[in-house]
Amino acid sequence: MGVPTDLRYSKDHEWVRVDGDGATIGITEYAAAQLGDVVFVELPDPGSTLDQFGTFGVVESVKAVSDLFAPVAGEVVEVNGELAGRPELVNEEPYGAGWMLRLRIADAAQLEQLLDAPAYEQLISET
Amino acid sequence: MGVVGERLQPSLFERSRPGRGGGKIPHPPAGALDRLPAGARREQPPALPELNEPEVVRHYVNLSQLNYAVDTGFYPLGSCTMKFNPKLNEWAARLPGFATLHPLAPDEVAQGTLELLWELEGALAEIGGMRAVSLQPAAGAQGELTGILMIRAYHRDRGDTDRTDVLVPDSSHGTNPATATMAGFRTVTVPSARDGGVDVDAFRAALGPRTAAVMITNPSTLGLFEKRIGELLEAVHEAGALAYMDGANLNAILGRFKPGEAGFDVMHFNVHKTFSTPHGGGGPGAGPVGVGERLVPYLPEPRVLREPDGSFRLERAGERATSIGRLRSYAGNTGVLVRAYAYIRAHGASGLREVSDDAVLAANYLKHRLRDTYEMPYDRPCKHEFVASAATIKRRTGVRTLDIAKRLIDHGFHPPTIYFPLIVEEGMLIEPTETESLETLDAFAEALIEIAAEAERDPALVREAPHAAPVRRLDEATAARQPNLRWRPMAGDTMPCPD
Amino acid sequence: MPYGPHTAEDRTRMLQALGIDSVDRLFDDIPEELRASELRLPPPESELELSARLAALAGRNRTDLATFLGAGVFRHWSPPVVDQILLRGEWYTAYTPYQPEISQGTLQSVYEYQSLLAELTALPVVSASHYDGAAATAEAALMTCRQTRRARVLVSAAVHPHYRATLRTYFGGRLEVDELPMLADGDETGTVDLTALERLLADPDRPVAGVVAAQPNFLGLIEPMQRIGDLTHAAGALFVAVVEPVSLAVLAPPGAYGADIAAGEGQPLGIPAQYGGPYLGILASTDALVRQIPGRLVGLTTDLEGRRAYVMTLRAREQDIRRDRAASNICTNQALLALAASVWLAAIGPHGLRDVAAWGAQRAGELEAALAAVGAPRLHRAPYLNEFAVRVPDARAVHRRLLERGVLAGLPLADVLPDQPSLAEALLVCATELTTADEIARFAAALGAELAAVDQADERVPVSASAG
Repeated sequence: MGVPTDLRYSKDHEWVRVDGDGATIGITEYAAAQLGDVVFVELPDPGSTLDQFGTFGVVESVKAVSDLFAPVAGEVVEVNGELAGRPELVNEEPYGAGWMLRLRIADAAQLEQLLDAPAYEQLISET
Repeated sequence: MGVVGERLQPSLFERSRPGRGGGKIPHPPAGALDRLPAGARREQPPALPELNEPEVVRHYVNLSQLNYAVDTGFYPLGSCTMKFNPKLNEWAARLPGFATLHPLAPDEVAQGTLELLWELEGALAEIGGMRAVSLQPAAGAQGELTGILMIRAYHRDRGDTDRTDVLVPDSSHGTNPATATMAGFRTVTVPSARDGGVDVDAFRAALGPRTAAVMITNPSTLGLFEKRIGELLEAVHEAGALAYMDGANLNAILGRFKPGEAGFDVMHFNVHKTFSTPHGGGGPGAGPVGVGERLVPYLPEPRVLREPDGSFRLERAGERATSIGRLRSYAGNTGVLVRAYAYIRAHGASGLREVSDDAVLAANYLKHRLRDTYEMPYDRPCKHEFVASAATIKRRTGVRTLDIAKRLIDHGFHPPTIYFPLIVEEGMLIEPTETESLETLDAFAEALIEIAAEAERDPALVREAPHAAPVRRLDEATAARQPNLRWRPMAGDTMPCPD
Repeated sequence: MPYGPHTAEDRTRMLQALGIDSVDRLFDDIPEELRASELRLPPPESELELSARLAALAGRNRTDLATFLGAGVFRHWSPPVVDQILLRGEWYTAYTPYQPEISQGTLQSVYEYQSLLAELTALPVVSASHYDGAAATAEAALMTCRQTRRARVLVSAAVHPHYRATLRTYFGGRLEVDELPMLADGDETGTVDLTALERLLADPDRPVAGVVAAQPNFLGLIEPMQRIGDLTHAAGALFVAVVEPVSLAVLAPPGAYGADIAAGEGQPLGIPAQYGGPYLGILASTDALVRQIPGRLVGLTTDLEGRRAYVMTLRAREQDIRRDRAASNICTNQALLALAASVWLAAIGPHGLRDVAAWGAQRAGELEAALAAVGAPRLHRAPYLNEFAVRVPDARAVHRRLLERGVLAGLPLADVLPDQPSLAEALLVCATELTTADEIARFAAALGAELAAVDQADERVPVSASAG
């Protein structure tokens, strides 16, 4: 299971792709595999603001439900509308078409609290 | 030959042919509906299926044969108490005097049913060690809601309005936290101790001026009696909170432990578990609630009252201002309660005690038979059910508890409850009940032992089970991603008609 | 114990395997001080004795009355095929279909129930999990609050009083319930006051999540559902229609007048009255609310080999997975009652269902004329289907005396709606296809005799007063 090196990770298994003051967020391939077949993703409305490590939504698989946590604080700019009709994208392309939301980062310093790829790989190998 | 029938059925709608059926109801005079205003009328008649009676019978008889049931075999579904459902009780509930009685019939028309309900309230109060019982809740989950709403009313009446939390152990039924939310409380989950019991110290730490109630299942969902329940109840009351007992596992302790005597303030009874009313494919049930002294004023309405002259009546709306009100229409699931009454009268005190003795003996025996093959994470005498784990089998062979459960179907048995409680890895919760013979218990143990051997020998065989059921494992992901929740005529042969 | 299989030898074998001498050892973990006092219950009874006791109790309920009582629970012809199917142990002794491979019978029957009710209500999503009309109505109101994230619901005063009471209990003071009054005068007396509805919806500080109205309403009257729904939607609220399922054969279904949710009592679909239950709560919604609808849902899918198969689906909404964030604590699947309703609908068929509804209207019309002729006219002028209120002075006492004449004369409305002075002297009466012309004649004759007696008593009053 590959862990892309250009992303940052939270201990709750979300990833962040930083682009200037914008960030794209999703869940890792590991998290998606643990959940099993994802059947539903509940995302916040654009314009809402998220706290770092606060919940921003819910992901459901056939027999499990899990909260989604924001790896950084910020204002939601866009959510992935594709997921409403094709939640399986979270399993199929967790780092690509299965992204969940884009936000405007409130405080770039918070990114320092996240893991880099080797540290995240270490985390999932221990569990 | 499978454990259930093999003939899948076309849908009722595919069986329909225009012009079939009829003969049940005479035709009314033309113009019967003329007084209905045009705007209120239905324009398109509902497209309901048209069948003749023989077709209806074949459809439902053949469908029934696709079901596994207590009447067809052993059903050791933990936490559900799938005991035998006595046939006398079905007969009794259908007696015209009981079956046709309108729920708003005047009391003098309903004396037989009212007397039965009044007696049943008394019997349940005695069994639970409670002061009074309400038969109104329609199911265990509604009983829980009733109990928690009464607790809220109790605190509110005392001006104690800061109590926002309900404490539940992590092994609790999902209905407990869901009920707390419905009643407007926040759920605080307390981890279990390593021996599977409630962690009294963790509870003490979580208890406080914000605690409204603690919800405990005893015996726990692990099938273990909470040995420290006395201490826990004391701590709960010291903190000013009340204790709710989830009565799901009452089948283990009839005549041995009365929750009210031990200090529980309120409990519900699952009559479809303990008192043999049929599970009906998921329902109906009934969830009477028993309360101690403090909560009597808050019982839902209507209660069944006995007048000084020995007659019975239903409490009138608003007669008791402190009541939390109604949870549903009318008196309650009386048809279910007639069956529970019959069960209790058939057993009497001695018989009920024997029910629990035999249920507990059977569970311990089965656990003993399986202990060399499956892990028993809690190694002490269980009550009416126990948790076994296939964690080691999974590590060694890749075969999961789910696979073992499915393979049991090939061996002729209904699987136990699996992956509950959530705190046991690869857990299966096995509840044999008191109505299964020793031969059945032995055969079930041998099947589980054989499956463990199959997992070593031929793991694919187990992983791909069941092989002897009318359908294989299902595509549940597609079912949830693109829900198809009602019949629509199908184009093409993507899902061919079974006939 | 009557149903236990164990011989003394069996018990000994089990105890020996466990290495103990008595089953008491298995209860040693109950602390001494917490052990139960003696269980004081009557002694066990043999099946023969118990059957006599049960028959005697059932016999103490009166079944000899000509009955005109409805008020949410209606007598209908139930073809014997319904109960004979229900008595198959494969249906009633199974549980929730957690193992779909050996539960296709229950799963397909629930799916078909969902499909049948979707046809009747013209709403696509149906849950078979609900206890009765009252609890289903309360769940429907809660759905509107979750979906709109608003906390106030308007309920018509002409919704069944038990449903309104249940809703208040479920809302428990956390969410607001306001009563939507009935019109007090004019041709539409007894139906929803649309002007009041507009006013209640207009409060900007207390936005409304949902409006609940019944069709026919508790007084039997036909409501302007389209208008109520339009006003509701204009305020951004959801519309809950409380329906009686047999009436849907002839009355516009909720989906046709834009209701977002239908709730109601499924008892009329072949389920006996049995003094209050078990019944079947009808709950149906639009596709937009599929994630808000509480309870089990069965979906059609395929197995590994592409065969058609049914399974419980969208389960992650439910209490056993979502725990404190579940849509409801509901756990029941009211499957056996859903089965009764489905078999009844299949046996009666669409034409039979229409005939049942039309007979109710026919007999009710005859009843109206017969009662009016003896001095008990209808109380309202709005149209009705098969139930209506009649004006009867001293209604409670007359109702009681009619029992002695072998007639259950409906329901004195003052018993259940004490807060409506206009209904103090009224009986709510209904007719169905089971009501006979002879019963109507008996009722009218008995009521006529009682009213004549009341009139005579009234005339005597001044005489006795002057004598005193």
